[in-house]
Amino acid sequence: MLIAFYIVAALAVASAFNILILRSPVYCALSLVGCFFLLGIIFILLNNEFVAVVQVLIYAGAIMVLFLFVIMLLNLRPDSSPRSLKFGIAKILGIGLTVGILAQLIGVFGSSAAKLGPMGEYSAQRVTEEGSLEIVAELMLTEYVLPFEIISILLMVSIMGAVVLAKKRPPPEEEESQP
Amino acid sequence: MELILDILLNPVVIALLKIVVIVLVFVAATGTVMTLMERKWMSAVQDRIGPNRANIPFLRDFRGRGALHMAADGLKSIFKEDTVPEGVDLVIFTIAPFFGFISAVVIWAVIPFAAPIGDFTFQITDVNIGILLVFAVTSLGIYGTVLAGWSSNNKFALLGAARGTSQMLSYEIFLGLSLVGVFMVNGSVQVSILVANQNTYWFGDVIPKWGLFTQPLAFVMFFTAMLAEAKRLPFDAPEGESEIIAGYFMEYSGMRYAAFMLAEYIAMVGIAALVTTLFLGGYHVPWLHAEGFQIFGWFMAVPVWLVSALQILAFVGKIIFFCWLIIMVRWTIPRFRFDQIMELGWKKLLPLSLANIVLTALVLLAVDNWNL
Repeated sequence: MLIAFYIVAALAVASAFNILILRSPVYCALSLVGCFFLLGIIFILLNNEFVAVVQVLIYAGAIMVLFLFVIMLLNLRPDSSPRSLKFGIAKILGIGLTVGILAQLIGVFGSSAAKLGPMGEYSAQRVTEEGSLEIVAELMLTEYVLPFEIISILLMVSIMGAVVLAKKRPPPEEEESQP
Repeated sequence: MELILDILLNPVVIALLKIVVIVLVFVAATGTVMTLMERKWMSAVQDRIGPNRANIPFLRDFRGRGALHMAADGLKSIFKEDTVPEGVDLVIFTIAPFFGFISAVVIWAVIPFAAPIGDFTFQITDVNIGILLVFAVTSLGIYGTVLAGWSSNNKFALLGAARGTSQMLSYEIFLGLSLVGVFMVNGSVQVSILVANQNTYWFGDVIPKWGLFTQPLAFVMFFTAMLAEAKRLPFDAPEGESEIIAGYFMEYSGMRYAAFMLAEYIAMVGIAALVTTLFLGGYHVPWLHAEGFQIFGWFMAVPVWLVSALQILAFVGKIIFFCWLIIMVRWTIPRFRFDQIMELGWKKLLPLSLANIVLTALVLLAVDNWNL
């Protein structure tokens, strides 16, 4: 299991890295799809099939398709500008942040005080016995029902916002000419 | 001898054998047969005889009522020149047909063919997330359409891909929502539970609780959404021969084109299997339980092997019935306009499926409260 995790994790990091290197937007989007798919496999290795399926269904199967759709319709061509080697403020900030986060991760998980291994009340055995879907559903509709409802209202508001923005308004002259 | 038995009874080997039997033997064969049956049944609708010319000259021009056309079509697409037009994105152009093909095949991982005997199941895997796996896989099938259309470097193909994306993305939502009622009734998404529950009966042991009777609205909506998801007529705007030539796969030829065609027919058999499993009692023969037939208190014992054989036969029969239905729908209903497809989805199926969820919840509540 651990070997499988290392292989899948390495592939996921590689495909995430691909997104940064490749110049064609479609290839970048496809690398991101691959990355999401591999993340789904990692969730399966962690015994959580439900999150894995949702990850693939929503991110790889719906959101990334919309990305590709936009890339297709805008007809984005590969970025052909020469790569610059100059260190702008963005690059320095980015490298600094990455190194900082990496150092902190190593500091936390590398120290002898770090608690590694299975934790919490939902052990792998319990998840297999009760089913990941059942556990998620029960928690979502009992303990976390308030955050769940708040998120649904947020989504509702954003849908209404999209409808308002996209709705065609009749031009003002026509409105005046109507009796 | 014992060593061979040990190897054969290894769970991994059993799973691999099931995959080979189900995917390579059953699915590939039915998919191929359906390419011929579509043409045959189509000609019956149009009052023609249909394909019957392929023959073997050495066997007194043996024709087999057109059955040889399957082999002829396969050979033809293998030996045809594989043309790749100028300006295509070759990597994506090559991998695009596989997306649709894989998503059509992986559905079969969760479809049971007969009731389990002891530990042995007639199903590749019975995962806890069951039907959700099917949704995840069909959602990846969209990439076949998008990438084929985009990489072909052709305006018509791109138009087909744009239509296909918006259509499949929309109907994926109704596909999921239409089944929520079924999940509520059964309290599970696991395929084995969904099927087992359909062998319980109302009024003693008379009317089976098939999904068709417990969730009639869901059945109609799921079937419609599945047709749209597979781009079958009347939802084949992405192909639309009279408008955009062949849509997203128009630049494909030879074996690559055959991959698209075969994927379409395998997807068709897959839809039939899914609808059967969810709404028509799956592999269950009405009133046939594990020990034998039972109706009106009358009982007839049936040996275990015969039960399994009857169940497999019933399952295949139901699949063929639905394949026939899908083909008949194709040849009797004209293609919807694209705005009609979108209107049917967003203005009719979406509110209906939400209403179905509320209605199911109310009925379940009533049944729980008053012990109906």
